Amino acid sequence: MAKNDLQGTLDLLILKSLAQTSSMHGYGIVLHIEKVSGELLRIEEGSLYPALHRMEQNLWIRSTWALTETNRRAKFYSLTPTGRKQLAIAEKSWEQTVKGVQAVMRFA
Amino acid sequence: MRLLSRLWALTRRSSIDRDIEEEMQAHMAMRTEDNIAAGMSEENARRDARLRFGNPVAAKEHVEGIDLALGVESLWRDIRYAIRGYRKSPLFAAVAIITLALGIGANTAIFQLLDAVRLRSLPIQRPHELVDLRIVGGNQGFGVSDSQYSQLTRPLWQEIQRHHDPLSGVFAWRTNQQILGSISDGRRIQTINVTGDFFSVLGIQPLQGRLIGPEDEAAACTAPRGVVSYPYWQSQMGGRPITPGTTILIDNLQAEIIGVAPPEFFGLAVGESFDMAFPLCTPRTISREFFDVSVMGRLKPDWTLDRASAYFGSISKGMFEAALPTGYSSKSTEQFKNFRLGAYSASSGVSNLRQDYDKSLWILLAITGLVLLIACANLANLMLARASSRQREVAVCMALGASRGRVLRQLLIESSLLAVTGAVLGIALAQAFSRVLLLAFANGKDSIHLSIETDWRVLLFAATVASLTCAIFGTLPAFRMSKSDPITALKTGDGRTSGSRERFSVQRLMVVTQISVSMVLLVGALLFVRSFRNLMTLNPGMRESGITVGTFGFPLSHVDPAHYEEFKRRLLNEVHSVPGVTNATTTTMIPLLGGSWGHRVNVGSMEGPSQFTWVSPGYFQTFDIPLIAGRSFNENDTDTSPHVAIVNQTFVRTYLNDVNPIGQTLRTQAEPKYPSTLFEIVGVVHDTKYNELRGDTPPMAFAPATQFPLTAQGPWTVVIIASNLPSATITEAIKRKIGDTHPEIRVNFFDFQQSIHDRLLRERLMAILSSFFGALAALLVMVGLYGIISYLVTRRRNEIGIRIALGATRSQIIGLVMRDAASMLAIGALIGTTLSLLAGRGAGSILFGLKPYDPATLAFAAAFLAVIAALASFLPAFRAAQLNPTTALRCE
Repeated sequence: MAKNDLQGTLDLLILKSLAQTSSMHGYGIVLHIEKVSGELLRIEEGSLYPALHRMEQNLWIRSTWALTETNRRAKFYSLTPTGRKQLAIAEKSWEQTVKGVQAVMRFA
Repeated sequence: MRLLSRLWALTRRSSIDRDIEEEMQAHMAMRTEDNIAAGMSEENARRDARLRFGNPVAAKEHVEGIDLALGVESLWRDIRYAIRGYRKSPLFAAVAIITLALGIGANTAIFQLLDAVRLRSLPIQRPHELVDLRIVGGNQGFGVSDSQYSQLTRPLWQEIQRHHDPLSGVFAWRTNQQILGSISDGRRIQTINVTGDFFSVLGIQPLQGRLIGPEDEAAACTAPRGVVSYPYWQSQMGGRPITPGTTILIDNLQAEIIGVAPPEFFGLAVGESFDMAFPLCTPRTISREFFDVSVMGRLKPDWTLDRASAYFGSISKGMFEAALPTGYSSKSTEQFKNFRLGAYSASSGVSNLRQDYDKSLWILLAITGLVLLIACANLANLMLARASSRQREVAVCMALGASRGRVLRQLLIESSLLAVTGAVLGIALAQAFSRVLLLAFANGKDSIHLSIETDWRVLLFAATVASLTCAIFGTLPAFRMSKSDPITALKTGDGRTSGSRERFSVQRLMVVTQISVSMVLLVGALLFVRSFRNLMTLNPGMRESGITVGTFGFPLSHVDPAHYEEFKRRLLNEVHSVPGVTNATTTTMIPLLGGSWGHRVNVGSMEGPSQFTWVSPGYFQTFDIPLIAGRSFNENDTDTSPHVAIVNQTFVRTYLNDVNPIGQTLRTQAEPKYPSTLFEIVGVVHDTKYNELRGDTPPMAFAPATQFPLTAQGPWTVVIIASNLPSATITEAIKRKIGDTHPEIRVNFFDFQQSIHDRLLRERLMAILSSFFGALAALLVMVGLYGIISYLVTRRRNEIGIRIALGATRSQIIGLVMRDAASMLAIGALIGTTLSLLAGRGAGSILFGLKPYDPATLAFAAAFLAVIAALASFLPAFRAAQLNPTTALRCE
């Protein structure tokens, strides 16, 4: 599968995670996805930050420095209105992909 | 918005860097804490966090890469990186930039000259509409022309004034030299004489006062009103305002200055300038055979050049019949009637320079272009060598995830940085080069006025050259480098990769290119030098050294035209009596300086042209021209005795083959002022060159000055003076003597040989410049070859080490290395010879005394290159032979 699609998937996961919570730092996003997916999905942490940066450049998310529960300074990300629109688009495209793949898998 | 945020990001780059760093640190710290909380030892917790995160540097770079991929910032970053790299190898950078600056500078300088002489439009309104009216194919020696720009006679101009439908306006003009101040101590100034519509048709506005208009034509011959050029106004009149009372004395006439021409207007002759412009004086009696004006006009909007030409062609018959000069033989008259007028574009003016230097400048541009090409090949090789030493660096970049495109871009930026720096320096250098060239072009007497401007065309040219340069010398190494396999590169470390053989052949290819191109340049240089030498050492058949030419004008002496000849003889005797003068003679035509004077003759049943000169008896002694048969002129040849002539060998060969020429007769055909005359041939002289060193000797006839037709006499004479004293000394002595006895006579002297040499300026320039560039090319080839052979030796260290260990002798090793150079030389020389033969055809017309395919020249150039190649490869070969086999092998 093309690299773009994987990247798109990561974008989708991040956007969705941020939509489900108010705001999260990068590590939090990793934990969130692991937990919610029942440990099925594990985000490659090295590629998380480039993705976050790119999404921020695209104005889908915004960031702010804040303190964590353990009093550590971390960068918290939250969704922008543009990001919400992008999430809707990405979700739709994902559903199409899933449908398509499933159709292929079920073909007898 | 996005762009804004990116631009904003640019301005706080370093803080963003810190941000990313800190964010990732926090991430790993949190993971570590969680791990510890889950029961891991601190060390394990840390390791697990790092493992999960992957390479933080790569991640950071990747984050930055997202910004960087987006444009400006990355460019700036790459440029800074490149500069840092060059700072580490300043020698390479300096060599590259200087080579490029020289190459681009030389190219731009020549192009600037070419642009000024050839391409640029006149500084007038809508220059593309300006057309020049000329006789198609020229007047072929008919009548008398007073300059190269004067293509038409006054009666023809009057005809054109009556019929010029395709043109909205027409004017006639001529360049002239007039005397400013009193005749005895006045000085010559350059003027243009123009008809009333000149300035209005060109669309030129005065800087001050007004320009010449139709209302000024009436007083043109008696009290002219003139316009001064801007440079004259600035330098001679101090830029003071023009008032109605500003008058000057010009050719003994009181003239009023009415205005100043705008600064950019230099006239219509490119490379020349004028001091003043006066209305064209039309004398009461017009010489109908005198071609002394040029006619131009502005094309009407709906007419094209072709249509206009067709129009003038169609009405030519009537015009030329109406303008027919009288007194010519019927044959010549017929020739005149058959002339046709044509319209030619004059958007870039007219120029003698163009005729003389056009081809030379194009050839020089090609030469400098080739030098630049060699320089590029050299730089490409240097870059390749540098690239192989940097292979590890590139491998690391690529291993860290940099894409090929990224690496490629970085390398291209590095080479364009050099190219741009070189181009900027080159453009600055070009200004200096152009000025030096202009000084060289302007031979002592006539200065050349060209405005050398760095206009958009020149800048565009320089930019194109720079980008081509960059593309040529930067792309290849960049491509090769970005292709290298990072793993192999990392493993072998010093860049001895498996692909080396292939890359190597590219470098060889470039050396071969350099050798072949420099072969072309060397052949060119040799041809030009030998051509110049041929001209310098050519024996024109007459004495050149120790000859001074004096022109004497005596319009104010009030001598009766019937006694001109007598007066000239007296002048000649006075000159002859000056101590130091060994011989002196008068002549109507100064040889070798470009003039020509001829008549059509009938010899027996044959008919054809012959050059004619009227001389006093001492002519042949003064010029040391040997008499082959018959007698020379003497005092008994007077205006009342039978007309006699002495002819040259070519004349005899052409018209009197197999006959004893002495006693034969020749008859000239009638021309205005020169009635048909019968001459008896009394002598034959040795052939001499005629109007210039080039070209074959035409049939020539000499007649005694005493028999020069009275109708053609004028108040001036040319005296040729032979002396063993320096020209300046003898000139002073004669000036003093003539000044004492005839203060009203205008005199002007010049050294004969010097003038001949001045006329070889183009050949000299070509010889000097092409040798300079040829030598530069050879030097570049030497450096390039040295570089590649050294490189080769370094690469083959092991192999050479093994050979030595196995018992190869030093001389065998030297032979091994030099054979390699020899093979490149052989291929390069072969290609070079082929290219030279092709290129030589273009230069053939400006060579003298040898053909472009001159085997000796080719052989010499090849030999010279062989010496260079031997010199360049011997040192590395010698070093290879000194190699200590154990050290060489241990290094592996």
